[in-house]
Amino acid sequence: MIAHLPALQVVIPLISAPLCALLPAGRPAWLAAMAASWLAFLIAALLLYQVLAHGPISYLMGGWPIPWGIEYRVDALNAYMLLIVAAIGAAVASFGRTIVEQRLSLPLNKHPWFYTAYLLCLTGLLGITVTGDAFNVFVFLEISALSSYVLISVGRDRRALVAAYQYLIMGTVGATFILIGIGLLYVMTGTLNMGDLAARLPAVSGTRTVRAAFAFLTVGTAIKLALFPLHLWLPNAYAYAPSPVTAFLAATATKVAIYVMLRFFFTVFGVKFSFETMQLDKILLPLSLVGIASASLVAIFQTNVKRMLAYSSVAQIGYMMLGVSLVSVTGLTASISHLFNHALMKGTLFMALGCVSYRVGATRLERMAGVGRSMPWTMGAFVIGGLSLIGVPLTAGFVSKWYLIVGALEKGWWPVAALVLATSLLAVIYIGRVVEVAYFKPAPEGQRVEEAPLALLVPTWALALANLYFGLETSLNVGVARLAAQGLLGATP
Amino acid sequence: MQILGHFNYWIFIVLMMCGFYMVIASDNLIKKLVGLSIFQTSVFILYISMGKIIGGTAPIVIDKAAVYSNPLPHVLILTAIVVGVATTSLGLALVVRIQEAYGTIEADEILAQDRDDSP
Amino acid sequence: MKRYTIPRVGTKLLLPLILLFALYVQFHGDYGPGGGFQAGVIFGAGFILYALIYGLDNARRLMPPWVLRIGVSLGVLIYAGVGLLGPLLGGQYLDYAVLDARDPAHGQHLGILWVELGVGITVSSVMVTIFYAFAGRGR
Repeated sequence: MIAHLPALQVVIPLISAPLCALLPAGRPAWLAAMAASWLAFLIAALLLYQVLAHGPISYLMGGWPIPWGIEYRVDALNAYMLLIVAAIGAAVASFGRTIVEQRLSLPLNKHPWFYTAYLLCLTGLLGITVTGDAFNVFVFLEISALSSYVLISVGRDRRALVAAYQYLIMGTVGATFILIGIGLLYVMTGTLNMGDLAARLPAVSGTRTVRAAFAFLTVGTAIKLALFPLHLWLPNAYAYAPSPVTAFLAATATKVAIYVMLRFFFTVFGVKFSFETMQLDKILLPLSLVGIASASLVAIFQTNVKRMLAYSSVAQIGYMMLGVSLVSVTGLTASISHLFNHALMKGTLFMALGCVSYRVGATRLERMAGVGRSMPWTMGAFVIGGLSLIGVPLTAGFVSKWYLIVGALEKGWWPVAALVLATSLLAVIYIGRVVEVAYFKPAPEGQRVEEAPLALLVPTWALALANLYFGLETSLNVGVARLAAQGLLGATP
Repeated sequence: MQILGHFNYWIFIVLMMCGFYMVIASDNLIKKLVGLSIFQTSVFILYISMGKIIGGTAPIVIDKAAVYSNPLPHVLILTAIVVGVATTSLGLALVVRIQEAYGTIEADEILAQDRDDSP
Repeated sequence: MKRYTIPRVGTKLLLPLILLFALYVQFHGDYGPGGGFQAGVIFGAGFILYALIYGLDNARRLMPPWVLRIGVSLGVLIYAGVGLLGPLLGGQYLDYAVLDARDPAHGQHLGILWVELGVGITVSSVMVTIFYAFAGRGR
C-alpha cells in the first residue's frame, strides 16, 4: 500500500466523513474522526520521509497518464504542508470529546455531522496540498471552504452565523476568481496539469489572457489567505467559531491558501513571469508591511482575546507574504518555515484559550483575571505560545523571524528588518496585556476556576512543547523549508 | 466583427459584473446570495463557451461526424455547478438561522444589533 | 392542497413517470447524456413534488429522514469504496480497468456504473434532505 500513500492521504479522511455521519452520536463518531486524523498524520509523515529519501512522488489517479488524468504530485513543499495540516488535525481531533461538544450549538443527535464537516475540511485541505491538477485545487478548495463555513456557524454565539455568512460570501468570491483564473489558463494552454501548464505557459505568456488569469489568481488567493486589505472576513470568523475549530482553521486554512499562491506563482507561472514581468513583489511588499503594522496595532485594542489573536494572525500572514516578496531563498525559507511555526504557535494559543473558555465560559480579557494562578498549566502553555508568537529566542517563532530579518538585510532593506523588529514589540504589548490580566489582576470575588481537564491539557501542551523543540532543533522546520524554497526558485542546492 | 465574435465572453463579463455589484452593493442577505449565484453562473458561461469548437457536434460518439466539441469544460463546470448549488443552499440555510436569531436579514440592522450587545 | 383535485391527480400520474425517467437517465448515462447527477436531481425532484402537493408529513412517511441520512453517506461510500478496489486489485486508486481482469474496457464500464449509482444515491438524498431542512423550519 506504500505506493498508494498520496491517494490514501485524501481518501482516508474522505471515507471516514460519511462513516462518521452513520455512527451513533457520542463516543463512536469522535473516535472515528480521531482515528482518521491520526492515520492521515501517519501517512503525511511517511510521505515526507519518502520524499526526503527518494525525491518527488507522482501518483496517477485511475492510471490515466499525464496530462489527461489527475496527477497527485508530492515534492518537499507539499509533503511539508501535508505534515503541518495533518499534525494540527490530529492534535485538534484529540481535544476532549465532551468539551468540544459542549461548545456547539447543535442538538446531541447532530453531533456526528460536526465530525463529518471537520473530516471533509481536513480532506479538502489535504487534497489542495497533494494535488498536481489546477482544477482539482478548486474542487478541494471548495470542499474545505464549504465545510469550514459549517464549522464556524455552529459556534454558540449568534454572531458566529453572521461571521460564517460573511466568510461564505468572501470565500466564494475568492474561489470563483481562482476558477476564472484557471479557466483562462486552460483556454490558452489546453491543459490543467500544473507541470504541463508550467511547460506551456512561457510560449503564450505575453498575451492579455494569461495576464488576466494571473490577476484573477492573485486576487482570489489573496482573499483566501486573508492578505491585508482582503482580511475582513477573518477576525469575526475566528472569534466566534468554537475554540477547537478556530485552532484548526487558524493553523491550517490560511496556510494552505498561501501554499496555493506559492504553487501558482512559482511553479506554474514561474519566477521570471511572476516577479520580473508582472512585478508582483512590488505589490506584495507594501501590502504585507501595512498589514503587519495595522493588524498588530488593531490587535492591541481588542477586548476579546480570541479576536485579538485573529488580528495577530493577519499580521503573521503579513510576515509570510513579506518573505515571499523578498524572492530569495532565505526569504522563502522564512515564509515556509513560518507556515509551520505559526501553525504551532497559533494552535497552542487557541487551544489554551479553548481550555480557558471551557472553565471560565468566555474569552473576554476582563473575565481572564486571575486565571494564571487558578489554571497554571493552561496559562503556562499560553505563555509559551505567546513567547513564540513574539519571537523570543529558543522558541519556534524566533527561528522564522530570524531568517526573515536575515533575508531583508541580504537585500539591504534595513527599514523592513527594523519594521519586523518593531512589530514584534507590538506583539509583546498584546500578549503582555493578557499575561498581566491573567497573572497580576486578582480574580473576581466568588469566582472559583479549576484547572482544565487532562483531555484538553495534553494536546495543548504537546503543541506548546513542539514550539520549544522546533526552536532548538530546526532540521525539520527550517531544513525542509529551505529544500522547498530551493525547489520553488529552481536553485540547485 | 471581433466584438460580435466574442459575444459569449461579453455576456460573461456583463453577468459577472452584475453579480459582483449585487454582492457588494445590496444590504439584504438574500439579495447578496442572488448576486453571488449570478456571479458564479457567469463563470459557467465562460467555461462552456471555451469548450465550443466551431462546426463540432455534441461530444457523443457517432459514426458520421468527425469534429466534436470539447467535453472537458462541460465536465469541469458540472462540478462547479454542484459547488454553486451547495454554496447557495448553505448560504440560504445560514440566512434562515440569522433571521431566527436576529429577526432581520438586513446587514445594517444586524450590525446595529451587534454593536448594541458588543463587545 | 387538499381541495385541489387536479394537482393531486396530476402528481399521482406524473410521479411514477418522473421516477422511471430518473432511472432511465441514471442507467443510460453509460451510453449517452445522463448520469448520476442529473438522475439524482430528477429522482429528488419527484419526492419534492410529492411533498409539495401532499404535505411534508406524508413525504416524511414515504421517505423518512433516517433513510436519507443513510443514503447521503452510502453514495459517497460506494464511490470511494469502488475507487479503493483499484489498489486492492493491483491498479491505481479509481482505476476501474482492473475490475475485470480479462476485459479492461468492461471493467471501466462496471466501475463507472457503480460510481454513477453512488452519485445518484447521494444527490437524490441530498436534494430531498435540503428540501426537508428548509420546509421543516419554523413549523
